[in-house]
Amino acid sequence: MELKDMIRGCLGPLAVAIDEFRGDLSVEVPKSHIIDALRRLKDDPGLGFDFLSDLFGVDNSEIYKKKTASKKPGDEGPETPSENDMPSPPRFDVIYLLLSLKTNRRLRVKARIAEDDPVIDSVTSIWKAATWPEREVFDMYGIRFKGHPDLRRLLMWDEFPAHPLRKDYPLEGMGEERCLIYE
Amino acid sequence: MGLQAYSGSGWILTKLEDLINWGRKRSPWPLPYGTACCGIEMMCALASGYDMARFGAERPSFSPRQADVLIEAGTITKKMVPILKRIYDQMAEPKWVIAMGACACSGGVFRTYSTLQGIDKVIPVDVYVPGCPPRPEGLLYALIKVMEKIEKDHPLRKQFDQLKLGVDNGA
Ligand code: SF4
Repeated sequence: MELKDMIRGCLGPLAVAIDEFRGDLSVEVPKSHIIDALRRLKDDPGLGFDFLSDLFGVDNSEIYKKKTASKKPGDEGPETPSENDMPSPPRFDVIYLLLSLKTNRRLRVKARIAEDDPVIDSVTSIWKAATWPEREVFDMYGIRFKGHPDLRRLLMWDEFPAHPLRKDYPLEGMGEERCLIYE
Repeated sequence: MGLQAYSGSGWILTKLEDLINWGRKRSPWPLPYGTACCGIEMMCALASGYDMARFGAERPSFSPRQADVLIEAGTITKKMVPILKRIYDQMAEPKWVIAMGACACSGGVFRTYSTLQGIDKVIPVDVYVPGCPPRPEGLLYALIKVMEKIEKDHPLRKQFDQLKLGVDNGA
């Protein structure tokens, strides 16, 4: 059986979208069922995605901004209703890269996260390895992971006020300096 | 250094300040603080090929208490600032600082939210070495510049000035 069909069989309705790009498979699952979906992928005897090789965040805001900006008001041509009429898509993604050590197959699992509710369940109960990457995503994007044992900043210092990998954060920063406090 | 040797019974006449400066100048124990690519060049300068020991920088010290030249080689992020400052503060006086590389001098190419734009925002610097990275010769040159600076120092005068100030304040 094709990997695509196996995943469809394993996840059932949890697989919101499956697409393949140059031989790499990615599957989108609803944010509310992320733990369920990942555990199924891990425990399925045929798939056995037992290794979390990476976990990271994506901020899509610039892509969407460009899409709307490139469409001038008086523009003729084929109207693509999907771009105008659809509600604005969730701003962030959290992406899980899975690997099956048995079959050496890889899968990308994506959960979409809205800007006004940047919370998702932590997968540290499935893979301990998620602890630091989840802290990094929290640090850089401000996405909170419910159930994480120790959700602190990882790369920036504790008092840092912003989330630097958000696309609306200027590269040069907003003048944050570290104040030195000595006892 | 004003030094005169009398032949015969082995007398050397010199000024005490010159003697102190001479001693300090000939043993600048470096504290290698390498944080990025520049650190590799610093290692190269310390290793046998360039052999910084020729200048008395004999013993790279990994304890700030036993070093007097801090060689800051590499990018300093703002998160690292308190550590750098603490290491500098822990070094005993007198101490000198070499900022090695564009990153240490000015933040270099990293004009970003996380990189300190020059270590002189936090600690005083004696010699800046430009380059990305500077060659080991650059670091050796900087070391010689530090030596020249030590040579011109007036360690005793400073002491006496402080003493005098202390007396004046007490009176
Ligand atoms: S100055 Fe250049 S070589 Fe040195 S640490 Fe910075 S980037 Fe690396």
